[in-house]
Amino acid sequence: MKTVQELNEIARNVRIDALKGIHAAGAGHPGGSFSVTDILVSLYFNVMNVDPEHPDMPDRDRLVLSKGHAAPALYATLAHRGYFDPSELLTLRKLGSRLQGHPSMELCPGVEMSTGSLGQGFSAAVGMAIADKLDGKDRRTFVVTGDGELQEGIVWEAALSAAKHGLSNLTAVVDWNNLQIDGRVDDVKKVDPIDAKFEAFGWETFVCDGHDMQELLDTYEKAFRIKDKPVCIVAKTTKGKGVSFMEDKAGWHGKAPDDEQLAQALIELGGDR
Amino acid sequence: MADVKKIATRQAYGEFLAEYGAERKDLIVMSADLSGSNKTDIFQKAFPERFIEAGISEQDMLAEAAGIAHSGHVVAASSFAMFAAGRGYEIIRNSIAHTKANVKVCATHGGITVGEDGASHQTFEDIALMRVLPDMTVISPADAVSAKILLREEFEREGSAYIRLGRSGVPVVYSEDADIRIGKAAVLREGSDVAIIATGIMVAEALSAAETLAGEGISARVIDMHTIKPLDEEAIIRAASECKGIVTAEEHSVIGGLGGAVAEVTASKCPCRIAMVGQHDCFGESGKPAELLKKYGMTADDIVKAAKGLL
Repeated sequence: MKTVQELNEIARNVRIDALKGIHAAGAGHPGGSFSVTDILVSLYFNVMNVDPEHPDMPDRDRLVLSKGHAAPALYATLAHRGYFDPSELLTLRKLGSRLQGHPSMELCPGVEMSTGSLGQGFSAAVGMAIADKLDGKDRRTFVVTGDGELQEGIVWEAALSAAKHGLSNLTAVVDWNNLQIDGRVDDVKKVDPIDAKFEAFGWETFVCDGHDMQELLDTYEKAFRIKDKPVCIVAKTTKGKGVSFMEDKAGWHGKAPDDEQLAQALIELGGDR
Repeated sequence: MADVKKIATRQAYGEFLAEYGAERKDLIVMSADLSGSNKTDIFQKAFPERFIEAGISEQDMLAEAAGIAHSGHVVAASSFAMFAAGRGYEIIRNSIAHTKANVKVCATHGGITVGEDGASHQTFEDIALMRVLPDMTVISPADAVSAKILLREEFEREGSAYIRLGRSGVPVVYSEDADIRIGKAAVLREGSDVAIIATGIMVAEALSAAETLAGEGISARVIDMHTIKPLDEEAIIRAASECKGIVTAEEHSVIGGLGGAVAEVTASKCPCRIAMVGQHDCFGESGKPAELLKKYGMTADDIVKAAKGLL
């Protein structure tokens, strides 16, 4: 178990390495990667039962990054967790790389489901949790989704399924940054109130600060005490978190920084330390 | 063939699931609110704990199927062909085929013989949509006997597959001990003037057409192309080189379907004349299956006409 301070330090390095990878690739999604970083780091380092030496360990917990475009954050988290060497992060999106633009379960160790087409990962994760329940397996499935992604109808079909099956072994975390490619989620197609929607669909919900490690950890603990239904954690986040000129800017959804911007971002993230 | 026994391939599918479910404890069957129609209710009665009612949510059913398969199960996911291959297309592509999920998409009510439900439920595009997907096996059985044999072989293999099944009863053309293998076209009748390459319910029509042609002195080879992918190119090339022309026959659009697939092979490897019997770039309508097959040109008579046109 890591201390909150250690988790924050890991998250800082994850953001740095994710951004370096995006810069090297000349393309990628920094905004959503930075909003989801603290969620992924807290789960992979302090919550999930996984073994990077044995990515296919039979009773491991599983996480599906349904917002697959945040792959750089997932890859950097997996690398720092020990699944592969962080130097590989510079191969992001390059020909022949295991680190595809969107996660490929076939190529990248630790990736449990190939995602990229929004909404499908959420539904696949529900399938995984159903299978575990049928098989009597005592392990957890996590699915991390974006708030814009909630505009996909399949998410709500899957939400009904999860409630029907009483999937208390499933925890959804919504990276609630209120931005999508075309602007504010509230303007493009409002999904708020997210918690009330999931509650109406038969889920237990919690709202927390998605950048406060202690609050995230406390919320997971609360979520695991729910034994009769799936839980949705709506984590309030800031797109581009950690880099002043990227924060809360829709324009940084899918754009790589140039050399100057990378240098400035690394200073802000403490990359020069 | 009026006195021949007719069984719908969907019935064979339901029976297969119940038989196979007794052998395979890791078999999960899913259906999207159509268990009575797609016959998965036969499995449901036998193994309720391994049957998942997905509700009217085909997309969710298919992505969930991928998640269940990647948890160590073989999954049969069922709906009408329109809603499985049509509505579910992108999920089948990205979450099933691309991840090599051990999901068998078993789609019933393919083609025009859905009948009275009309155009919204009549699929002529599913074979085309499924066969362009890498790593997908696409199977379109001719009758109940071959359906069971092919289903068993496919379920014994790892990987993603699309199996097209029908609503209406079709004549049984195979015997129980028939040698049928995925990827190997079955030559049901030898002939040298013309080759009829058929799939699904059109196989029985092709046999009937060959009989008629024989009466007129025309020797027709009948090939059951039950596996659309991987396609038995060798059988097609042999037919193209040994006969004067090929008639393809399918209860599907000739664009992108069996006709298109055969033309792709012959065009590059053994050019020959081809006549395509199938749905010709139009939607269907309500009516009795036999009436529709006649109106839209998918009967033994249509095959006979097409064959003569090649000679």
